[in-house]
Amino acid sequence: MSQGNNAGIGLEHVNVWFGEHEERVDAVKDAGFAVPFGGSFGLVGESGSGKSTILRAITGLAPDWSGKISVLGQDLGQDRGKEFYSAVQMVFQDPYASLHPRQTVDRVLSEALSLHGFDTINDRIIKILDDVGLDQSFRFRWPHQLSGGQRQRVAIARALIIEPTILLLDEPTSALDVSVQAEILNLLTRLRTERGLTYLMVSHDLAVVGHMCSEIAVMNDGEIVEVLSVEDLRALKANHPYTRQLLDASVQKRKNE
Amino acid sequence: MSMSTELPQKSSSLYEWLTTDTPTSRKQARLSSWYRSWLELRSNPMAMFGIAILLALVLIAWFAPLLAPQSPFTQDLAARLTPPGEGGYILGSDSLGRDILSRLIYGSRITLYIVSLVALMAPIVGLFVGTAAGYLGGWIDVTLMRITDIFLAFPKLILALAFVSALGAGIENAVLAIVLTSWPPYARIARAETLTIRNADFIHAIKLQGAGALRIITRHIWPLCISSLVIRVTLDMAGIILTAAGLGFLGLGAQPPSPEWGAMISAGRKFILDHWWVATMPGLAIFIVSLAFNLLGDGLRDVLDPKKNSK
Repeated sequence: MSQGNNAGIGLEHVNVWFGEHEERVDAVKDAGFAVPFGGSFGLVGESGSGKSTILRAITGLAPDWSGKISVLGQDLGQDRGKEFYSAVQMVFQDPYASLHPRQTVDRVLSEALSLHGFDTINDRIIKILDDVGLDQSFRFRWPHQLSGGQRQRVAIARALIIEPTILLLDEPTSALDVSVQAEILNLLTRLRTERGLTYLMVSHDLAVVGHMCSEIAVMNDGEIVEVLSVEDLRALKANHPYTRQLLDASVQKRKNE
Repeated sequence: MSMSTELPQKSSSLYEWLTTDTPTSRKQARLSSWYRSWLELRSNPMAMFGIAILLALVLIAWFAPLLAPQSPFTQDLAARLTPPGEGGYILGSDSLGRDILSRLIYGSRITLYIVSLVALMAPIVGLFVGTAAGYLGGWIDVTLMRITDIFLAFPKLILALAFVSALGAGIENAVLAIVLTSWPPYARIARAETLTIRNADFIHAIKLQGAGALRIITRHIWPLCISSLVIRVTLDMAGIILTAAGLGFLGLGAQPPSPEWGAMISAGRKFILDHWWVATMPGLAIFIVSLAFNLLGDGLRDVLDPKKNSK
């Protein structure tokens, strides 16, 4: 894939819907934003605002969409090819649901490698476990022997082991304890600088997104109401009333803690 | 205590190797997971009782020529319908003076043959159909499940009867007929399981790794469906034995003089009032083996239930 004109992910006039005719629900309406290659972009909003749906549309898990989605300068059609999957990977929200209950860590990682035709499987697994901060003794464990944070590290390892350039993060810390959340966020920040990854992160937590991303889109009821930089966010310079409401709630929460 | 240190140490290190939380190879991870399941199964006395009976059945079938006091086919019309315990006939003799015990021992081979063939074929057909329908969805799902419905609409034995009478009587055709009539429930189970897993995040994740439908079905969905199928097959074994016996009883399964248990009951039917043992002994054999399979199936359900240790 060409990596020209600095393009990471671009969305223009994207609509995503579920169901047909009377049962049709428009989950995302006329969404548009651009993530530069190597950048990190956050999507914020309450549950049901359509932020995860955008990730699903990009990955092809939500089949009904219209508009233009481009990844690394190439427009996506209805089908995603091998090329797409080797460039874009995703980390899911719930680490308890995203690992196969009957596969060891080793099996999960070697399956990913063999799907993309990598050799030196052994070396790569040892290295990626190291990179995500897991001891080698975790390699042959089953998911039920791991904690939530360890599972999420395995999920991150699974996504990164095939060396993608773009990582989609669907609330990667919301199912974890607060103390583990910080560890995972720091890990993700470190991996991004080490590997020069492009992040598109979904969260309902402004603090998490503010920590990770340089640009943020605020979503409400399927629409992007405002895109602002993290500096503006920190300076509480929001124009849209909904964004201000979110900011106020977040500041309030801070004070109470 | 110091005398016996060597052996316990050795076995406890094997025990530790098998139960460790940190296996160091693929083989060890797999073996230790099997060993844990076995430990759990072993703690269920009823399941172990079932396994013991089935193990005994296998041994009896294997060593039939050594165990049987007589040939199952030798007739002695002078000693026909001898009651149990008399004249060297431990379980009595049938209407042609053949030793019932010897016939039961040789009949265990036929029972095992039928059971293992059906247990190998029916669930595999069901697994293919069910997971394909469940995962692929759309018109494939509709077509496959309507075919399944058609098979389910017929009473099992009636459909098996129709197949056997079309194909001709005999054990092989009886097995085929039983397979053809017993796969639909397995397809239903496999489809239901697939529907609950197909939208799980771990399937989405492997899809995002670029895996195709065939790979996802065979390598990621099958392992999760197989445990519930194994449980169901074990519990259905009793029914399969009874269907086979029923076909034998109706004269469409094993043919005389083959010592199939159902055919033996059928032959004893005429004498059931005056000479109860002729039909009762094979009936007891069927009962015991069916019970053993049910006990084992219950135990396996406790061990293999995927919902139990998913978290």
